Amino acid sequence: MGTGNDIEKPLAAWAEAHFGAGAELKALKRLSGGASQETWAFEVSAGAVTHPLILRRAPGGVAVARSSEAVSLATEAELLGATTKAGVRVPAVLHVSPPGSALGEAFVMRRVAGETLGRKILRDDEYKLARTRLTKDCGAALAGIHAVRLEGLTALPRSLGGDQIAKYEMIYRSYEMPRPVLELAFAWLKANAPAPAAPVLVHGDFRLGNLIVDEEGLGAVLDWELAHVGDPREDIAWLCVNSWRFGHSEKRVGGFGDLPELLDAYASAGGARFTPAEIDWWEILGSLKWGVMCMTMYAAYKTGADPSVERAAIGRRVSENEIDLINLFEGLGRHA
Amino acid sequence: MHDGPSAKELIEAVKAFIDKAAAPQLTGHAAFHARVASNALATVLRELEIRPSAEAVEKARLESLLGVAGESALELNAKLCEKIRSGEMNLYTAGLLPHLKSTTIDQLSVDQPGYSGLKTATR
Repeated sequence: MGTGNDIEKPLAAWAEAHFGAGAELKALKRLSGGASQETWAFEVSAGAVTHPLILRRAPGGVAVARSSEAVSLATEAELLGATTKAGVRVPAVLHVSPPGSALGEAFVMRRVAGETLGRKILRDDEYKLARTRLTKDCGAALAGIHAVRLEGLTALPRSLGGDQIAKYEMIYRSYEMPRPVLELAFAWLKANAPAPAAPVLVHGDFRLGNLIVDEEGLGAVLDWELAHVGDPREDIAWLCVNSWRFGHSEKRVGGFGDLPELLDAYASAGGARFTPAEIDWWEILGSLKWGVMCMTMYAAYKTGADPSVERAAIGRRVSENEIDLINLFEGLGRHA
Repeated sequence: MHDGPSAKELIEAVKAFIDKAAAPQLTGHAAFHARVASNALATVLRELEIRPSAEAVEKARLESLLGVAGESALELNAKLCEKIRSGEMNLYTAGLLPHLKSTTIDQLSVDQPGYSGLKTATR
């Protein structure tokens, strides 16, 4: 794990090289760190201007084998550049640091002001205006992401609906904890798979929590590590999964909007015209995936890999996804 | 075997200790885990109350759905999973979805009684 000491010097040197002699590194603070990456907030004072910035870095600056589906930091930075060109609001990348450099494998981007916590965005008066705009903003952002040309980009993992069913079914079966609702979801998804859409750049985790929202609406799209080549409907439906509505179930889109409005905004921003019935299939897959992911987190407790009470307790959230699946099954006729 | 204190009383006592004595003295990560621990004990208390009767009716429904008697709900659920996996039962099998809904509502009443999707299901 990196410490402030490891990165302070190379980061200060970069700040002077980028912003000019005398630029000063300030307020370096670790924000979070998973097994696959560190995130640091810091500021650079250059003359009268203070630049709020973010450093994303491989743990200790050394690339580890990230999970099979996560893209590298360099690819993440490349995607931020490509999506900016496509008109999507993402943080601007100022620097990409290669493996073996003083800073290690990392990149620096601007820190965008705003809120990421879903509960606050959906509840606080500050975001009242933003909430009325978010559905349109998200539709336009998704259409922009899905329009990014794949040629010339580093090859991304490819994962279509069928690949995801196969992958999550294998994980689910490995736990030997049969659950009829999940079983029904796997069988139904396989029997009712829609015709595949033309593969596009998919963000892979587009939902409240990974979006910066300011008082005006969507400020920036973050967390590109699950980006892949896939079906555009995956992103649209993931934003609808009830787990990401933070209690505001009545609003299908992220707890703040209605699906027809999102699909209209998506189509008028140049995206394909999709129907709510198509999104149902992908939302069922999304809820099923999140249910299996909760089982995976519980499995970390069961195997002793992570003996925390939090990992144990998360196994009792799988039933949340099961009721979401049942509600989706009951609603199927309504969009046909 | 005796019942003084009962399992319920012991869990209530430990939960009260976490909430009133331990948690207020903790900060950061430990405080977060204390809240999770207290919630986990609340789950166990709900399970003690709800599960015996809920599981008995689940088992009866499974026996009627599958047309066989079974030793436990666990064993019958494994059989049900096989039938769904093989395609012998599906979304349109009479009684299957209502059974799964009732079971999941009971399970959530233990696991996460405040979950938004439970309100949607019981509306």
